[in-house]
Amino acid sequence: MSEFQGVWVFSESRDLMLELLGKGSELAKKLRVELTAVLMGRNVKDQAGRLIEHGADKVYMVADPALERFYIEPYTSALAQLVQQHKPEILLIGSTRRGRAMAPRLATRLETGCVPDCTELSIEDGRLVMSRMVYGGNALAKEICRVKPQIATVPPRVFQKLESRGRKGQVVEVDIKPEKSGTEVVETREIEAAKVKVEEAKVIVAGGRGVEKKEDFRILEDLAEILGGQIGNSRPLAEDRKWFTEWIGLSGHKVRPMLYVACGISGVIQHVAGIRDSQVIVAINKDAEAPILEVADYIVVGDLYEIVPALSSVLRRLLKGG
Amino acid sequence: MPTIIVCLKQALDVAELKVDSTTQRVLTANAPRKISDFDKNALEEAVKLKEKLGGEVITVTVGSEKAKMVLKEALAMGTDRAYLLSDPSFEHSDTLAISYILAEGIKKLGSYDLILCGEASIDSYSGQVGPRLAERLQLPQITYVRALSLNGDTVVAERTLENCYETIKTKTPVLATVTKEINEPRIPSLMAIMKASKKEIITWSAEDLKVAKTRVGIDGSAIQIMNVLAPKMDRKRIVLEADTVKGVAEKLAKALINEGVGGR
Ligand SMILES: Cc1cc2nc3c(=O)[nH]c(=O)nc-3n(C[C@H](O)[C@H](O)[C@H](O)COP(=O)(O)OP(=O)(O)OC[C@H]3O[C@@H](n4cnc5c(N)ncnc54)[C@H](O)[C@@H]3O)c2cc1C
Ligand SMILES: Nc1ncnc2c1ncn2[C@@H]1O[C@H](COP(=O)(O)O)[C@@H](O)[C@H]1O
Repeated sequence: MSEFQGVWVFSESRDLMLELLGKGSELAKKLRVELTAVLMGRNVKDQAGRLIEHGADKVYMVADPALERFYIEPYTSALAQLVQQHKPEILLIGSTRRGRAMAPRLATRLETGCVPDCTELSIEDGRLVMSRMVYGGNALAKEICRVKPQIATVPPRVFQKLESRGRKGQVVEVDIKPEKSGTEVVETREIEAAKVKVEEAKVIVAGGRGVEKKEDFRILEDLAEILGGQIGNSRPLAEDRKWFTEWIGLSGHKVRPMLYVACGISGVIQHVAGIRDSQVIVAINKDAEAPILEVADYIVVGDLYEIVPALSSVLRRLLKGG
Repeated sequence: MPTIIVCLKQALDVAELKVDSTTQRVLTANAPRKISDFDKNALEEAVKLKEKLGGEVITVTVGSEKAKMVLKEALAMGTDRAYLLSDPSFEHSDTLAISYILAEGIKKLGSYDLILCGEASIDSYSGQVGPRLAERLQLPQITYVRALSLNGDTVVAERTLENCYETIKTKTPVLATVTKEINEPRIPSLMAIMKASKKEIITWSAEDLKVAKTRVGIDGSAIQIMNVLAPKMDRKRIVLEADTVKGVAEKLAKALINEGVGGR
C-alpha cells in the first residue's frame, strides 16, 4: 500500500468547502479511504461540526491568531506541515482567487503538481483524473499527477454539497506554528455582491461592449426580469469600463443557465468558455460575422437597442397571456 | 534605482487555433504564437516604473529558439536586457519545472527589487508560475494586481478579489502578478523596433544554469497530460429574419417559448 492515503479538502470559503466535501466524499468512497477537511483560522471551533455533517470523517483544526486573515505564507505553511505529517494522496483546494494563489505555492513546497480549475474529477486505476479547460477554452485536457499528493483546485458551484444529516466524525486540534506573512493588508474595499449568484441563474441576459452606456443595461435588465433571470457581462465591461466587478467567461464565472442571451458580445473564445454549458444560447449582434453566431442556437443579426426592447415587449404580452 | 524582472511567456495565440474536426484534436504544431496578453501588461508596468524611477527592466522567458521573437518585441517595448532560457531538455516542462528553471535563471541574474508576471497565460490559463516562482525564491507574492506603486523599498498594490479590493503593503523584493486592468500596453514605434533588432538576446542553456536534468522537461514534471480534446459544439444556429424588428422579435419570442422559457 502506498504511503500516501486519504482525501483532503480545504477552502477558506465556507460554501466552497462544503462542495469540496461533496465531491471529496465520492472520491474517498471509491478509494475506500477517509475524507478529511482542514479548517484554519483564529477561532473556528464552531465550524467543525458543519463539516462533519457534510461528509468529513475527520477535521484537522488549526487555530492560530496568525490565521485570522487569509495571508499566503501562514496558510501555505500550516497546510504544508499538515500534509507532510499525514500524507494524503489527494488534496482538493477551493479555486477562489485566494485559493488559486495558494495552491501552486503549496504544490511547489511539496514539489508536486497542481491542476487548476478542475470541472471533472474521477478515479481511474487508483489515480485522480482531472479535467480542465485549456487553450483559452478551445479544448478540455485530462491530466494526472505523477507525484503525491495529487492537488486539484475546484471552482465554486461545479460540484454539489451533500445533504447535512447526522454524520459522525472526529475533530483533531493540531498545534502548528504558521509562518509570518510577508505582506500586510492596509485597506479593503468591499464590492457590492450580486443578489443571485450568476452560476445559479436560470436565465442570463448578458451584455458586452455593444452596450454603449451603463444605463443602457436597463433594457437588458428589463428582459431579464420578464424571463425571471438576471444580467451578466463580458470582461471588458468590468476591466476597461469599470461598470461591474465580475464577468462571465474563462477567467470569470462559468455559467450553465437554461437560457443565455448574448447582446453585443462578439463571442471571443474566452467568453464562450464560460457559457458552453448553457442549454440554449441566443446571439443578438449587428455583425453577421461575429464568432458568437457560431455557438448560438438562435441568431438575430441586428441592433440590440432595437431587438432587445422589442423582444421584451412581445414576451411580456405572450407570457402574461399564457 | 529598481531592477525589475518580467517573466514573459510565448504562448499559443488561442484565437487562431484550429481543430481537426475528425479527431477533435487541437492543431498546435504550427499555430501562431505571441506574447501572452497579460505579460504585456506586466512589461508595460515595469517600463513605466523605470521611466519614473530609473533602474533597469530585464525580461526572461523559458522557451525554444522561436521565443526570441517575443523577446525582440519586449526589447522594443523598453526592456534593457533580454534572456532566453532554452534547452532541448526543457521541452514539455509543466509549471513545477518551468518555475524551477526561471528561479535558477533569476538567481543567476543577481539582485532585483520586483518580479512581475501575468495573472495567467492565455494558452494554459493556469496562473501557477508566478506563485510557484515566489515560493522558490522565498518572496512574498501579490496576485491579481490592478494598481502598483514602488517607493524606495516599499510596494503598495491593489488587488482584486471576488468580493473586495485589497490594498497590500510590503517590502521589496516581491513578486506580483498583474491583470489587464493595470495599464494599456504601448505599441512600440518603428524606430524602437529597429533599435531593438540590433540588441543582443542572451541565451542560457541547462548547462549555463546548472539545472538538474531530472528536474526539467518530462522527467521533472509532475503533471502528465492524458489527452486534450475540443468539445463538440452542437448548436442549432438558426438565423431568425423578418422584414421588421417586431417580426424578428415575434419569431425569437416564440422560439424561446418553444424551448420552455417562461414556463413555470
Ligand atoms: C487570458 C484571457 C482571459 C479572458 N477571460 C475573459 C472572460 O472570462 N470573459 C470575457 O468576456 N472575456 C475574457 N477575455 C477577453 C476576451 O478575449 C474578449 O476581449 C472579450 O470577451 C470581448 O468582449 P465583448 O464581446 O464585450 O467585446 P467586443 O469583442 O468588442 O464585441 C462587441 C460586440 O458587440 C457588437 N455590437 C456593437 N454594437 C452593437 C449593437 N448596437 N447591437 C448589437 N451588437 C453590437 C459588435 O458587433 C461586437 O461583436 C479574456 C482574455 C484573455 C486574454
Ligand atoms: N515559459 C515561461 N517563461 C517565462 N515566464 C513564464 C513562462 N510561463 C509562464 N510564465 C509567467 O507566469 C505567468 C503565469 O503563467 P501560467 O502559470 O502558465 O498561467 C505568465 O503570465 C508569465 O508571466
